[in-house]
Amino acid sequence: MAELERSYEKYFRQNRLPHLWCPGCGNGIVMKAIVQAIEKKGLTQDNTVIVSGIGCSSRASGYMDFDTIHTAHGRAIPFATGIKLARPELNVVVITGDGDCTAIGGNHFIHGCRRNVDLTVVLFNNNIYGMTGGQASPMTPMGGKATTAPYGSVDRTFDACALAEAAGATYVARSTAFHVQHLTDMIAKGFDNKGFSFIEAMVQCPTAFGRRNKFKSPAEMLKWMRDHSVMKAAWDKLEDVKKGEAIGQGKFPIGLLYESSGSELDYDAAYDQVIERAGGAGK
Amino acid sequence: MTKARLMQGNEACAEGAIAAGVRFFAGYPITPSTEIAEAMAKLLPQHGGKFVQMEDEIASMGAILGAAMAGDKVMDATSGPGFSLKQELIGYAACAEIPCVLVDVQRVGPSTGQPTAPSQGDVMQVRWGTHGDHPMISLCPWSVRETFDLTVQAVNYAERFRTPVILLMDEMVGHLRERVELPEKVEVYPRRSPKKSRAEGYQPFEPDEDLVPNVANFGEGYHIHVTGLIHDDTGFPVGSPTVTEKAIKRLHEKIDRVAEEIIHTESYFMEDAEYAVVAFGGTARTAYESVKNMREQGMKVGLVRLITIWPFADKIIEELAGKVKGILVAELNYGQVVHEVRRAAKGQCPVLLCGKYNMKSFEPVEIEAEIEKMISDVEGGRA
Repeated sequence: MAELERSYEKYFRQNRLPHLWCPGCGNGIVMKAIVQAIEKKGLTQDNTVIVSGIGCSSRASGYMDFDTIHTAHGRAIPFATGIKLARPELNVVVITGDGDCTAIGGNHFIHGCRRNVDLTVVLFNNNIYGMTGGQASPMTPMGGKATTAPYGSVDRTFDACALAEAAGATYVARSTAFHVQHLTDMIAKGFDNKGFSFIEAMVQCPTAFGRRNKFKSPAEMLKWMRDHSVMKAAWDKLEDVKKGEAIGQGKFPIGLLYESSGSELDYDAAYDQVIERAGGAGK
Repeated sequence: MTKARLMQGNEACAEGAIAAGVRFFAGYPITPSTEIAEAMAKLLPQHGGKFVQMEDEIASMGAILGAAMAGDKVMDATSGPGFSLKQELIGYAACAEIPCVLVDVQRVGPSTGQPTAPSQGDVMQVRWGTHGDHPMISLCPWSVRETFDLTVQAVNYAERFRTPVILLMDEMVGHLRERVELPEKVEVYPRRSPKKSRAEGYQPFEPDEDLVPNVANFGEGYHIHVTGLIHDDTGFPVGSPTVTEKAIKRLHEKIDRVAEEIIHTESYFMEDAEYAVVAFGGTARTAYESVKNMREQGMKVGLVRLITIWPFADKIIEELAGKVKGILVAELNYGQVVHEVRRAAKGQCPVLLCGKYNMKSFEPVEIEAEIEKMISDVEGGRA
């Protein structure tokens, strides 16, 4: 087991550690799940590019020993699109936060899904703007407290997975920092999908979110994830009335939420046909 | 030379980009630049490259920066409102030293302004549009053929100095149709590549002798880190005053030290000129006509045309101001370059503005009238 643990060290830039995340933060769990999924799929550090936006989670790119790019706030998906189209042979992973992906980057997110560019996007959802100190994000629950929502957030929240599916993503999954192996599997399966893969990873932010929202400790936040997540198979068996009740209790499904039949071409494959039609193939 | 063709400035820009090796273009439609995107959409797949129409101006700028880091030569084109939106990522390209060319075919502003009407009002936005400190290279063509040449030049400068380069066009040149013959082959500056291996201690942002780093492309096994945060030679952010000062200084110095070499101007009728017009882009064509007409009437006036807008031609203007009795800056705006000319002239002669901002380009007689007024004011001791 100890050897297995060490085997992941090669994926990190040892001289960049320790990381800057707060004690109890879940970002490290998701970051490790990503490299575990990379290892599981036999992807190499040389052929993988990590693209991140701005925010707590997006600092992960600096710790990961790959070609990495820490872009501007909200713009990770456009940068990743350019990288993937220029070098389709590269495995391109996007790391983004809930504010980065669904607020400032919301338009890029839906259009990335629509184009079905072969990217694997991992959304670290901590329900808050962490790096700027706890302001409300589009994924802060209604009524949740934030520095910019001192009386509880009045905004309705996005369901990022439903949004991704509606916008055309060909693989959509959700997991949590509590379900580490499950999360790793969801990301690994995302790598298998040739097209836009979206994985929402729920993470605890004890400092900026938990502290203001009656979570006494990081462990309590993890327990909340355990107690409120329902595996997709079990969720699907619930009758509509029961589903409604579950949603009312703050419960949510985790697992593979949507996968296309595989008949859609990803953007690279579609573009190859354009080059063929234009007579530019082989140039 | 290829067969002569009737071509628009915007089309010549696309042809120049292809000739210079651009293989990736991301864009968002906006007049009067749209023909560049349209031409690229047609040409790129024919050359094995890719055109992608992004969801907005910011996305297209992000996409070209990603593609550039993956090894492609890249370009994007826009106009005023789009140019404003791209500013944050132009700064990113400057800070992260990502080679890219952005074309701004100017239109009347501010805001949505007057679409498709000619203007030269983005000169200062080109220089100072982003936040923070960085240098800027900007080239400004006055003809269709020169648009081709300067696009090639812009791509080459971007690659050589690892910096964003702005091709500053105006609607007059962008939509101008002329008969042109394009060269079969152009000189192309190759992408800079690492001189050391990782084992030999390669650092992605370690400057070469010319102060420009040789950054590896993604996928070449170097595991580099790229960021818009101020970083040291390793590419990683460092929150130190020393590193910050050194980083910002180097960005400036890598351009400052070659400024003489990259500042291009042209002079017409200047041998014995007593008065000069300074102009650029489409306006310089009108100014040329004005000066030529006045020469025919025996008046000693000449034209200095700015081809490189940034860095500014300080020394050339200073020398000019020491030789002539007055300078008239003709530009299609409320007065932008005139301030730079005044600064560079160091009070050696009066510098006056001939500005216009009513959706119309200049008529030669308008500039002639302003030249005559300048001469009479200077001779009469009123300027």
